[in-house]
Amino acid sequence: MTNNVNITNLNYKFRQDFAIIAGWVGFGSKVLDLGCGDGELLTYLRDSLEVKGYGVEKDDVNWLACLKNGTNVIQMDLEDGLSGFEDQSFDTVILSQTLQAMHKTEEIVQEMLRVGREIIVTFPNFGYWRNRIQITAGRMPVSKTLPYQWYDTPNVHLCTINDFDKFCKNHKISVIERKVITDGNEVSFMPNLLGNLAMYRLKAK
Amino acid sequence: MSENNSIGIVAPQTAHFSEALTLKSGEVLPQFDLVYETYGTLNAAKNNAVLICHALSGNHHVAGKYSADDKYPGWWDNLIGPNKPLDTNKFFVIGLNNLGGCHGSSGPSSIKPKSKKPYGASFPLVTVEDWVNSQARLLHYLGIESLTAVIGGSLGGMQALQWTIAFPERVKHALIIAAAPNLTAQNMAFNEVARQAIITDPEFYDGDYYAHKTVPRRGLRIARMLGHITYLSDDAMGEKFGRKLKDTIKYSFDVEFEMESYLRYQGDKFAGEFDANTYLRMTRALDYYDPALNFGGDLSKALSQVKAQFLVVSFTSDWRFSPERSREIVKALLDNELTVSYAEVTALHGHDAFLMPDTHYHNILRNYLQKIEFSDDK
Repeated sequence: MTNNVNITNLNYKFRQDFAIIAGWVGFGSKVLDLGCGDGELLTYLRDSLEVKGYGVEKDDVNWLACLKNGTNVIQMDLEDGLSGFEDQSFDTVILSQTLQAMHKTEEIVQEMLRVGREIIVTFPNFGYWRNRIQITAGRMPVSKTLPYQWYDTPNVHLCTINDFDKFCKNHKISVIERKVITDGNEVSFMPNLLGNLAMYRLKAK
Repeated sequence: MSENNSIGIVAPQTAHFSEALTLKSGEVLPQFDLVYETYGTLNAAKNNAVLICHALSGNHHVAGKYSADDKYPGWWDNLIGPNKPLDTNKFFVIGLNNLGGCHGSSGPSSIKPKSKKPYGASFPLVTVEDWVNSQARLLHYLGIESLTAVIGGSLGGMQALQWTIAFPERVKHALIIAAAPNLTAQNMAFNEVARQAIITDPEFYDGDYYAHKTVPRRGLRIARMLGHITYLSDDAMGEKFGRKLKDTIKYSFDVEFEMESYLRYQGDKFAGEFDANTYLRMTRALDYYDPALNFGGDLSKALSQVKAQFLVVSFTSDWRFSPERSREIVKALLDNELTVSYAEVTALHGHDAFLMPDTHYHNILRNYLQKIEFSDDK
């Protein structure tokens, strides 16, 4: 599932997380991006890997942005599940930095595993040392990856890498690969402390 | 010539077809007329044509006015015109009155050839499939091989879907708005009540009321009043009328609430201009349409030969053609790995929302249509 495309030649602001996701998605495969925003990731995957991509997006403004950039986009609320999608009908289902904002966390992961042969989940690591410092200082963390105040945050289920590892184990989800990055660089030493963004490539056991 | 980007003054045309059309029912129409209008210019490659399919009470007069003093333009004028979402600078737009209609195409109220009398009850029941076949005849007549897009709302959306099934090679894009892959029992029940209102009107005369120089006005009026209730949402009626009274309560059955005044006005207006036999046939076409029927109820299988790209749009407050029904279409398209986008527009106005110029809704259509590409190389 690797690819030989030179992603640095493309006209995108380089995003390490996109590059890692591209490395986990097969050339020409069928991809579903949940909470796809303005379609940036799908556009990137389409242009670099010729994927057949569909996005799911609830917000009108983002939905229209997807339409404008030529992304197939289905308007629906992920909290309602993925009943519009058949079992195992996608090679990869992606939930990029949206897990923490989901109310029905277990349900969406189970739905992703139902619809996708593999799934990719990425989330901000609440165990990152900068978050821990702010907590130690007696405040809820506010940072580039968690840019909200406690009272206006859409994030309702923040977790650490250790928490998510345990979640996978308890839910019989096998981790094919896990990468952790901070400011675009991969972190292998003490990832739950030094890693800002956690990225998981998963499949059902 | 334009005010507010209007297409301006338009005129209907009639195409006569002398080759027989075999209908889904098995009946044969030996000949028929279709009345239509076009807006914009067909390009040299003849690949910029867009067909507009009308709903229950629509017709070929989709945009523009017949004269400068016309009070109202065509029924989808807010969508179609120079620089409007469906831009007539780019597209050649065709609107027609469906077979069985009452606005000039062959239908129950038109004169049956050689008889000098209206068809009346003898006009056959036509289906969505028959309409699409007759529309294909019209395209052929206009020298157009394929459509760059077919657009329809409600019953028109069913025709747009049917186009992609019947002629997969001849339609590039289908815009299916406020539609459904078939009607639910509840939806058909409304149609049945409407038909019963007409059929039990003493002036109906088994459909041959023309000979008696009368029309089943009361039945048609009630049918339309019922329809109007279902096209609006509870919230929209609440906002428009609420419990507002015309005057003080009079303890009578006259018009006392504003809502009654509206329904009676709409019913009377419709009964004065629409043909009851056409209404019966349009509602039956709605009931009968069910492309999955021959595929064990599996819509995905019914769409297995489809090639078009799709935009499906529904409206949150539409309970006659609810978002759930549009999602069934979307699922079947996804199952076939077709190119599809689906918008669920937040709207107050119920089913009627598809005819309204909501900014977000029109932005969706504008952007989708702007992205459609075709080369004018012959």
